[in-house]
Amino acid sequence: MSNTTQTASSIASPPAAAPPGSVGKVTPQLVRFDAPFTFKSGKSIPSFELMIETYGTLNANQSNAVLVCHALNASHHVAGIDADGAEGWWDNMVGPGKPHDTNRFFVIGVNNLGGCFGSTGPKHINPATLDRSGPDEESGGKPYGADFPVVTVEDWVNAQALLADHLGIECFAAVMGGSLGAMQALQWAIAYPQRVKHALVIASTPKLSAQNIAFNEVARQAIVTDPEFHGGHFYEHGVVPANGLRVARMVGHITYLSDDVMGERFGRELRDGLQYGYGAEFQIESYLRHQGDKFSGYFDANTYLLITKALDYFDPALAHDGNLAVALAPARGVNFLVVSFTTDWRFSPAKSREIVDALTANRTNVSYAEIDAPHGHDEFLLTDVRYHALARAYYERVWNSIGGTS
Amino acid sequence: MSQGAGSNGHSRMRPDFTIIAGMVRPGSWVLDLGCGDGALLKFLKGARGVKGYGVEIDDANVRAALEAGINVLQSNLERGLRSFGDASFDVVLLSQTLQAMHNIEGLMHEITRVGKEAIVSFPNLRYAPNFKQLEAGRMPVSDVLPYQWHDTPNVHLCTLLDFEDLCEQVGLAVAERIALANGRPVTDNPNVNSELAIYRVKKRNNALAGLPQE
Repeated sequence: MSNTTQTASSIASPPAAAPPGSVGKVTPQLVRFDAPFTFKSGKSIPSFELMIETYGTLNANQSNAVLVCHALNASHHVAGIDADGAEGWWDNMVGPGKPHDTNRFFVIGVNNLGGCFGSTGPKHINPATLDRSGPDEESGGKPYGADFPVVTVEDWVNAQALLADHLGIECFAAVMGGSLGAMQALQWAIAYPQRVKHALVIASTPKLSAQNIAFNEVARQAIVTDPEFHGGHFYEHGVVPANGLRVARMVGHITYLSDDVMGERFGRELRDGLQYGYGAEFQIESYLRHQGDKFSGYFDANTYLLITKALDYFDPALAHDGNLAVALAPARGVNFLVVSFTTDWRFSPAKSREIVDALTANRTNVSYAEIDAPHGHDEFLLTDVRYHALARAYYERVWNSIGGTS
Repeated sequence: MSQGAGSNGHSRMRPDFTIIAGMVRPGSWVLDLGCGDGALLKFLKGARGVKGYGVEIDDANVRAALEAGINVLQSNLERGLRSFGDASFDVVLLSQTLQAMHNIEGLMHEITRVGKEAIVSFPNLRYAPNFKQLEAGRMPVSDVLPYQWHDTPNVHLCTLLDFEDLCEQVGLAVAERIALANGRPVTDNPNVNSELAIYRVKKRNNALAGLPQE
């Protein structure tokens, strides 16, 4: 596409020192789109950039591309080792010989619009604030902050479609995601059914429950009531609402784990006996504080707000009187794998079954697995043998469907 | 435990497969309950060009069915078929699954609600060699009943007459019946001489009110 440019050099050379099954050292690349992007809300931005990583090789007829969509706090760094030595968030799933085999597929990880890992988001300069009165270059400018348009899953998918255009991919072999990432896979199948052969929808839901939204609202309130939030324009004050982010992450983290696993891992274990105070006495308190501290050190508060709103808003059936089967009717030609985990109380198996029921009502090709596993919502990121075996079996099918051999 | 638990090993071609294929119209939209490793659906896909879903509870079977290239939905049949609409399938298959179910009467209602018709196969407990084993003092064990009494998933074994009584009781008409012994059709006193029975059943006409007719 003529209105896009690519900076930084491309990716993924299999380095000598890569551990087996790893795509090795990876370098992200920034893709620029020099055309206005209009959000579902009606707001628009004049141009944007998406940070991506790719692994594997796009074949001659561009048929082996798979898009991996991230959930709340992840990024384009899906697999391999980045410049900081960090492993990708789905490295156990994606790599040479892994269930999602990069020897076969060309895999794309993308940081979504509004994100905080390089793609255009709240911490970037809002072009509307640039001073263009000077004789030469634009100067000044303030970060978008709270003025970044509210994003929806539909917006992300539309931006990803522009990315696919840019990469010359007419039809993805598969779009895959877990949780919020799976909502994007579902939305791909609804909005661009002719551009996706398979959708892998893992640990997801067709819409958030009141309880889900409630947890998100607690997280948002923690952030916006932090004195350092400054109405979302904290960048200009040189601060971050770290306490708000900490609490937001702590609340979120509780919902990702099952009661049993939390009990098993931490129980009522104390760090140093009872102190009769408000320090981190129980191990679980210490763990949550650690998770919160870590998170607030790297994640952007405005992005957190945006992403939780995107979660809350997702409801493809809304425009069809709540009828999910009607909403999914356009996706009839797409093949689905839906997976849920029995102990996931955030997006329970019943929610995945709603998706499956809507698909079967449309006679859509779908397979569904309900995996009896202990870890709750987080299970989708873990190396569960049965889950990974199913993913591998399904990717074999994806591979066959694009005429793959060997 | 697999709910499709009639015979050991689902990977080999079972004797009821070809009979079932003969009862299924080409291109039918099919629901295979207790589909095991997907062998029957895969066979029918090739032989009759059917499409549809298999339902299976067992993890290993779900994986095997995925590998077999069929649509498989992991679910416990005892929870019913609520997620499927009335007459949403041309035919519902219950291949050697019935005898492993607990709520058989409920399931019979359900399969003839979601299917315009159903094909049910099951081992015949009254098969003469089974009867002989019982007379000799032991529970029958055979190719069709490959389990010991203490490890069998088959909690509801019956005879052809028993099954036909139940059909009568729940308002089903038998449209077709094929009884087999050693893979060959049996016409002489099948309640005694067949080891496996395959029935095609549908709701009796008076029970079809309000449902789409063929």
